[in-house]
Amino acid sequence: MNRSSIRPYCVKQVSPPPQNENRARHHAFVIVGSGPVGLVTALEMARKGHQVTLVSAFDFIPHGSKAICFAKQPLDIFNRLGIGESVLRRGVSWNVGKLFWQDQRDAIYQFDMLPVKDQKSPAFINLQQYYLEEILVDALEAMENVDLRWGHKVTDINFGECGAALNISTTQGDYELTTDFVIACDGSKSTIRTQLKLNFEGRVFEDNFLIADIRFSGRDAQDRAPERWFWFDPPFCPGGTALLHKQPDQVWRCDFQLGANIDRDEAIKPDNVEPLITGMFGDNTEFEKVWYSVYTFQCRRMERFVHGPVIFAGDSAHLVSPFGARGANSGIADAENLAWKLDFVLREKAPLSLLETFNYERVMAADENILNSSRSTDFMSPINDASRAYRDAVLELASEHEFARPFINSGRLSTATPYHESPLSTADRDEWRAGPPPGYPCLDAPLEKHRHYDWLLGALGDDFKVVHFGDEPPNTELECVLVPSDSEAADRYGTNGGGTYLVRPDQIVAARWKTAIEQDIIEAHLKAIGA
Amino acid sequence: MTLLNTRVNLEKHDDLYELIVDLNSGLTEAESRKANAKLVLLLANHIGDPDIFREAIACAKPRRTAKLQSTPDADPR
Repeated sequence: MNRSSIRPYCVKQVSPPPQNENRARHHAFVIVGSGPVGLVTALEMARKGHQVTLVSAFDFIPHGSKAICFAKQPLDIFNRLGIGESVLRRGVSWNVGKLFWQDQRDAIYQFDMLPVKDQKSPAFINLQQYYLEEILVDALEAMENVDLRWGHKVTDINFGECGAALNISTTQGDYELTTDFVIACDGSKSTIRTQLKLNFEGRVFEDNFLIADIRFSGRDAQDRAPERWFWFDPPFCPGGTALLHKQPDQVWRCDFQLGANIDRDEAIKPDNVEPLITGMFGDNTEFEKVWYSVYTFQCRRMERFVHGPVIFAGDSAHLVSPFGARGANSGIADAENLAWKLDFVLREKAPLSLLETFNYERVMAADENILNSSRSTDFMSPINDASRAYRDAVLELASEHEFARPFINSGRLSTATPYHESPLSTADRDEWRAGPPPGYPCLDAPLEKHRHYDWLLGALGDDFKVVHFGDEPPNTELECVLVPSDSEAADRYGTNGGGTYLVRPDQIVAARWKTAIEQDIIEAHLKAIGA
Repeated sequence: MTLLNTRVNLEKHDDLYELIVDLNSGLTEAESRKANAKLVLLLANHIGDPDIFREAIACAKPRRTAKLQSTPDADPR
């Protein structure tokens, strides 16, 4: 079943409907959706040893111009999932962003998204979404405990006595599937959310943006530095903004703000796109079109992401404007937060209430992402005269005065959201001058003398760990990572005088102590699994 | 206890008043808005303390006795 308006990147065979015992089997969980969020959830659960069933309405990996900037937290997640090398090899790494204004040749501001150097992953890797999906699908297809059902469309959902029942339609016949949990990763137009008549409130932005993915040809196949470049009011797009990113395959993503009332069909005609490209790169630039499209966007979120047996993750739960690359990145972080909790609940290592903390933590993350992307959008497209006056004031001041530059908001790029006052965290009892507090993601660091790992995040893996800085770790049944207290890692964690951290499977700090005893760890661990 | 100082803190008031108003003389409305915005940003940075700024903004906000007027830049959600 092909959606005729979507061009496939990689066609898959429609999976036959399940037969015999497989048809009637009650599932522990079913994942709906084959975008990055559904696929990451599937890979997480598969690697934890679960039988994974994923249904996708598509029978292909779609082509298109969607997510491209994958941030450090997802990159660290990809490393844990064993696909980090593929992503790094295929993608274009970058750390530096530059801001330009009007016709000024030099950047008025420059920022480095990886201020703490010496970490395994770069700040960002640019990779077309279909390449990431292909990497994830390849990893899943190599696993025996994974059933990817292509061309299986959910048409209806009902809550039953235990869990939910999904009606699924395929070109080879329909069937019903029952499951304890439904993980709804079915995107912004989520069928499941719609069928359950759940609200998806937010704000629509009127400005149109043109995406032009191009490839230079001829003499212009130049090798520019992979930096994110952003323009305010450039000569080639007066009164608007423009953005440039490097992608793999020598493709460049160019983004132009076109304004509210435009003719979208006219806007993507090559005659109208070419002046923008030559304006950006110079007259006589030789290039070929890879993809042109016009988009608008919205910021929305569901009030809750957990509804009984149904858990929403990714765009089905929350939508952001793309400035700051917070869409796919936060969806992947959703998957990571959910997977270990679902795993613990299914294996009866934690109470069902642990899943409610997915709601708490990821709603908090969605709000932070919506706030940031809305603020960026308001800076780029001021909504009234007063707002425009301040925006232009910032840009004019920034060209001469350092203080104004941090006000420039062209997209606050995605970073991992800390979970403030999470019910899973144990508050600090000691004074700390450094290091990630409870609820914060772990910071990477080189491990100079560890037998197996070069990087701290690699040593943390994807289960609970006690990280002890010093020689004598406290007694614990949990796996322990020992790090010398005179190390770069200890500097970053504030433990030059010794200390212990308890880290969750999603590499978020659960607790930390200058001097931990066994009981401290036991209590903090119980708290961290919602017990 | 307030941080914002609203007691008399300078002299030669007429000189300063004229400076501030003259910033806007000869400017269009749009230019004037931008110039005032720049002044606010420059001084905000000089003051540095966001709490002082919040108090100043609270003093600057119009007091409406009529029904609450919603502004275009409403809550992003």
